[in-house]
Amino acid sequence: MSLTAILGLGQTALELALFNSLTVLALFLSYTMLNVCDLSTDGCYALGAAVGAVVAIAGHPWLSIPAAMGAGMLSGLVTAVLQTRMGVNSLLAGIIVNTGLYSVNIWIMGGSSLLNMNKTVTVFTLLKGALKGTAFGPYFALLIGAAAAALVILFLSRFLRTKLGLAIRATGDNPDMVRSSSINPVFTTTVGLCISNSFTALSGCLLAQSQKSTTVDIGSGMVTVALASLLIGNVFLGRRSVPVRAVGAVLGAFIFRLVYTIALRFNLPAFMLKLISSIIVVIAISGPYLKRQFPTLRRQLAVRFGRVGD
Amino acid sequence: MLRIDHVSKTFNPGTPDAKAALQDLTLHVNRGDFISIIGANGAGKSTLFNAICGSFFVDSGTIFLDGQNVTMQPEHRRAKVIGRLFQDPMRGSAPNMSIEENLVLAAGNGGWMSTASRRERQAFRDRLALLDMGLEDRMKQPVGLLSGGQRQALTLMMATLSMPKLLLLDEHTAALDPGTAEKVLHLTTQIVSENRLTCLMITHNMQSALDLGNRTIMMDQGRIVFDAAGEDRAGLTVEDLLEKFREASGHKLDNDRMLLAN
Repeated sequence: MSLTAILGLGQTALELALFNSLTVLALFLSYTMLNVCDLSTDGCYALGAAVGAVVAIAGHPWLSIPAAMGAGMLSGLVTAVLQTRMGVNSLLAGIIVNTGLYSVNIWIMGGSSLLNMNKTVTVFTLLKGALKGTAFGPYFALLIGAAAAALVILFLSRFLRTKLGLAIRATGDNPDMVRSSSINPVFTTTVGLCISNSFTALSGCLLAQSQKSTTVDIGSGMVTVALASLLIGNVFLGRRSVPVRAVGAVLGAFIFRLVYTIALRFNLPAFMLKLISSIIVVIAISGPYLKRQFPTLRRQLAVRFGRVGD
Repeated sequence: MLRIDHVSKTFNPGTPDAKAALQDLTLHVNRGDFISIIGANGAGKSTLFNAICGSFFVDSGTIFLDGQNVTMQPEHRRAKVIGRLFQDPMRGSAPNMSIEENLVLAAGNGGWMSTASRRERQAFRDRLALLDMGLEDRMKQPVGLLSGGQRQALTLMMATLSMPKLLLLDEHTAALDPGTAEKVLHLTTQIVSENRLTCLMITHNMQSALDLGNRTIMMDQGRIVFDAAGEDRAGLTVEDLLEKFREASGHKLDNDRMLLAN
């Protein structure tokens, strides 16, 4: 394998990691900060991809970005209303919205489960044209991904320091305290989910436009992949300030992609991606738990096998 | 200031577990009152606080706070003018957020999208220094690292930062060791008198119920059975209180902690 091939592979991995890091940042807000496991992530990712594609195909490449984010926001609003106003369990609310979005997404894509953007003008083709012949020429997709990730990190770092951002963090950190305070948890949960879902949708939109096509299944398993990335990032930059942790979320997306790319080089079939992400999530969540349980477990085993505990 | 008129609340109505937690309770509180509340386990003391705060809506009766009918107002709206401390020091602050972030949130100055100015942060430091616990030098540390006493003192500071019209203290020193409890109680009286706050304090310590504040009420089975202020209260002893309780309720006081504390 030649050096250019390796670099090319690295670049593609980096691009994919940057696009998906937006979903990781969305979960950083909803899962880490708000303490809500948003299971509508898969559907919302595909929603962003579908809306972005349809608007771009209709001839509005720039509009496709805010349109996708707006659609994501709407989806987050539905999930939030279900769990805060209508007595639906938080996990179930996500699953319900996710299921409903499957139909909505096909409807948006005009009854088809696949949309092709081969001849469509997108943000990517526009930038590619603009950078043609310059030193940045081959890196147009990388630039868009990096810019999007940087903007979202910047936004989150700033936003989570505002009164509203702090209120959202408190809602996830100590619901008891928030319930008896002047913060309305319904409001903070709703705002948090709207913002996080707009990032998820943006993530799907950018990935679809970069690969010039989208399917209704484009987001399948995304929530686990993003969660895996988030937890990997947490291992490295978990106990730091909020901006550093946000950077950690993106770093996690890189590392996840890197591991996956390497695994593929060792002839691991591509369909194993989701199993790997599941295993990573299990290890990241259960690892610390089992570590705490280990002393008890050892004593129990010692008793069972007739040895006196230590 | 606070007018509670004929308020009743029954939990699990129509079931064998039905419990009339508040029964036709009426309580008028004047501005600047510091009322201590005592009573047996399950007398409805905390339930009274929950009714005032809006943790649930009462079945009947009305609650007026500062001239406004808040009977059907949601909890977070009432919380704007009510500061509340619980027995559990963990309940009042967010453990993974820094001391400063907790204070910024509690102060509630400015709009949703505003951040704390340097001057505000300095003001927080100055106020924390009054606690004399060294917290002013730990502004960036997560609250989860503080001890129970420090955390309760911080919660007290947070609850009084925005000058609430009413301060509710629900055995807020009961979970602390005696030395810390005394310190937090001292801080409480200091803050209440300096800011002339109206305050209701549930306590299991009959002596401090008589020592602190200007009025003492005793609850039993969702009712106020004894209410003393001014001269009636001046000469009261703990023994008098126990006797009053027997007279009013027809049975002995059975709050274990309350008896142990005296």
